[in-house]
Amino acid sequence: MDFDFTENQLMFRDMVRDFARREIAPLAHEMDVAGEMPDALVARLREGGFFGLSFPERYGGLGVDTVTYALVVEELAKASAGVSIMITVHNSVGFYPLAMFGSEEAKQAYLPRMAAGEIAAFCISEPGAGSDAAGLRTTARRDGGHYVLSGSKLWVTNGSRASFYVILARTPGTTDHRSIHVFLVERGTPGLSVAKKEDKMGLRCSDTVALDLDEVRVPAKQRLGAEGQGFKIAMTALDGGRIGVAFQGLGIGQACLEEAIRYAKVREQFGEPLAAQPVIQEKLADMATELEAARLLGYRAAWLKDQGRPFTKEAAMAKVYATEAAGRVADAAIQIHGGYGYVKEYPVERYYRDVRVTRIYEGTSEIQRLVIARRLLAES
Amino acid sequence: MHFELTEQQRMIRDAAADFAAREIAPVAAELDREERFPAEIVQKMAALGFLGMNVPEEFGGAGLDSLCYILAMEEISKACASCGVIMSVNNSLVCWPLETYGNEEQKRKFLTPLARGEKLGAYCLSEPGAGTDAANQQTRAARDGDGWVINGMKNFITNGAHADVLIVFAMVEPEKKHKGISAFIVETDAPGFAVIREEKKMGIRASDTAQLSFDNVRVPADQLLGQEGQGFKIAMSTLDGGRIGIAAQALGTSQAAYEAARDYARQREQFGRKIMEFQAIQWKIADMAMRIHAARLLTHRAAWLKDQGVRYSKEASMAKLFASETSHFVTNEAVQIFGGNGYSKEYPVERFFRDAKITEIYEGTSEAQRLVISSLEFRE
Repeated sequence: MDFDFTENQLMFRDMVRDFARREIAPLAHEMDVAGEMPDALVARLREGGFFGLSFPERYGGLGVDTVTYALVVEELAKASAGVSIMITVHNSVGFYPLAMFGSEEAKQAYLPRMAAGEIAAFCISEPGAGSDAAGLRTTARRDGGHYVLSGSKLWVTNGSRASFYVILARTPGTTDHRSIHVFLVERGTPGLSVAKKEDKMGLRCSDTVALDLDEVRVPAKQRLGAEGQGFKIAMTALDGGRIGVAFQGLGIGQACLEEAIRYAKVREQFGEPLAAQPVIQEKLADMATELEAARLLGYRAAWLKDQGRPFTKEAAMAKVYATEAAGRVADAAIQIHGGYGYVKEYPVERYYRDVRVTRIYEGTSEIQRLVIARRLLAES
Repeated sequence: MHFELTEQQRMIRDAAADFAAREIAPVAAELDREERFPAEIVQKMAALGFLGMNVPEEFGGAGLDSLCYILAMEEISKACASCGVIMSVNNSLVCWPLETYGNEEQKRKFLTPLARGEKLGAYCLSEPGAGTDAANQQTRAARDGDGWVINGMKNFITNGAHADVLIVFAMVEPEKKHKGISAFIVETDAPGFAVIREEKKMGIRASDTAQLSFDNVRVPADQLLGQEGQGFKIAMSTLDGGRIGIAAQALGTSQAAYEAARDYARQREQFGRKIMEFQAIQWKIADMAMRIHAARLLTHRAAWLKDQGVRYSKEASMAKLFASETSHFVTNEAVQIFGGNGYSKEYPVERFFRDAKITEIYEGTSEAQRLVISSLEFRE
């Protein structure tokens, strides 16, 4: 066993930490209030190579390993959870289906553009298909050399900025998950439009939309993988995505812990700093311990992925534990701040709102536990 | 970063698992019921080198790293928590301080037979009035010619009634408070030493827990361990290592309870179905396994840090806190999954539930761990 990072991993983390502190953190509050992310920041992220993190170098990306990726996501999320989800959706569920299942021609055509910062979105959820993702109703009707997509998609992160949409749809008249296919659709394809931009509790600068698909004609070669393989591709992509969400939760949780420690050192009540009071000390100890446990689960899942070994169960454990721990940590951070935790002058109220979604997207805690249990009960 | 065990670590773990399954598990319930100290098992553990695992071979030990020790501890404790704590005390609380603070002569005379398991050790810190407040030592050591005379009472001493060699902490200069405490090596055949009571306990019933009295016990000068006044530091640094051992003990009990519950859920039928098919049970199984994984990672990391020769107090406290509370949680859920059968002595989970509780108390309560963790967090 070796719990140390490589020189390279640490260097990368420190660079990102520095970038996030300088370029992202100062904007985080304002972005939250406005519910917008400035184009200039997206451009800086592009220049910084963040959209090419997972992409192999031969396609113009940085090709970082998953442990490094995890470190990067934590640093980004610590500064702004909304920024981190834009980057992770692009680099995991946006990237993976094309990179693993696209034809060489499609990869040559699109991966370099994505790596350079043309943003990808992943479209699986629908009004009637959340946790029951296989119940999706968007149809893909074959028409000669094309498919024609119709339906509506919900909770599409990066939806209005995206240049590429990874879309799941099924053969008309079917209900099983083996009739689901996955397509890569370019922005501007007729019939594809943003129906609505969501107004959210947290992650307010992240761009979340509902999409309309009205007879969207997609060339058959834009289908990724074989016919009927779409659901499996999506599930595999989500395994990797969950590691990203785990570290997003961790980044927010770490920010909460650091704010709580800072506050506890300066705030005095009953004639002494909160930091000297055992009730507060015990809270901080739990916060730190749970985050450490979550980190180790996350690194282990990331490491397994880098080894090319199965990691579905471990990624689900990391996601559910990290996001729930981060939720408890955010709640405790508010409590330590008292009334100040409830007002927007302090960042913890934003963290509290931001962290909430990590227990929901890319598979709710409830779904993760079923994923974990099914695998455990099949083990000897 | 990697999470692979070495060949040697795997071998030790497998040997311990095999021994525990063959020699300990079949008698564990009986040892518990009869409150019988497992002298024959202790002897066999000695033959395997399990009583001085980290002690260099030149002093009779197995010369293995901390991870090997922690892996073996988990396997032994999985079969019988009492056997686990007997092993942990001898390794962590007696051999370690002797090896770390003892002089050559003390190592030759006392450490060697302890590491070989020819003698058994106990660690005498707690007193009727000094539990978590360990610095409040009432046991006194006074100079007497070129030696010392010890008077006082020690409480909750694991292995106390069976030990040959004790590490005894006593106050020499009360005005110096914790800096007035010294550590002594005391043999239990010394006149004036007596076992005055053996505790009746809820769990770890095969491990003996004794109250010891020291009535003018003479200790030669060369049995002072470390420097005069260094006792409290020796006590605390010893407990850092001890906590990793207790974390491993808790892990063993957790793993045993988890496996029992998982296997039971697979065969128990209610409402015409295996209970593992109910989501309520799947949730429990997922949570149990998830927390055990996280606890194991924290424990292994603390052991790994110890092997690296860097500071690991915070990580050891986190591992101990998290693993012991996990053990409480997991064994409670196991009883719940077993229902009425979980409450009956025909099944092992009620023993696991009773055994788990002590891990939240000894070698530093959960409350004390949290104070250690937060003080180290604030310092960073």
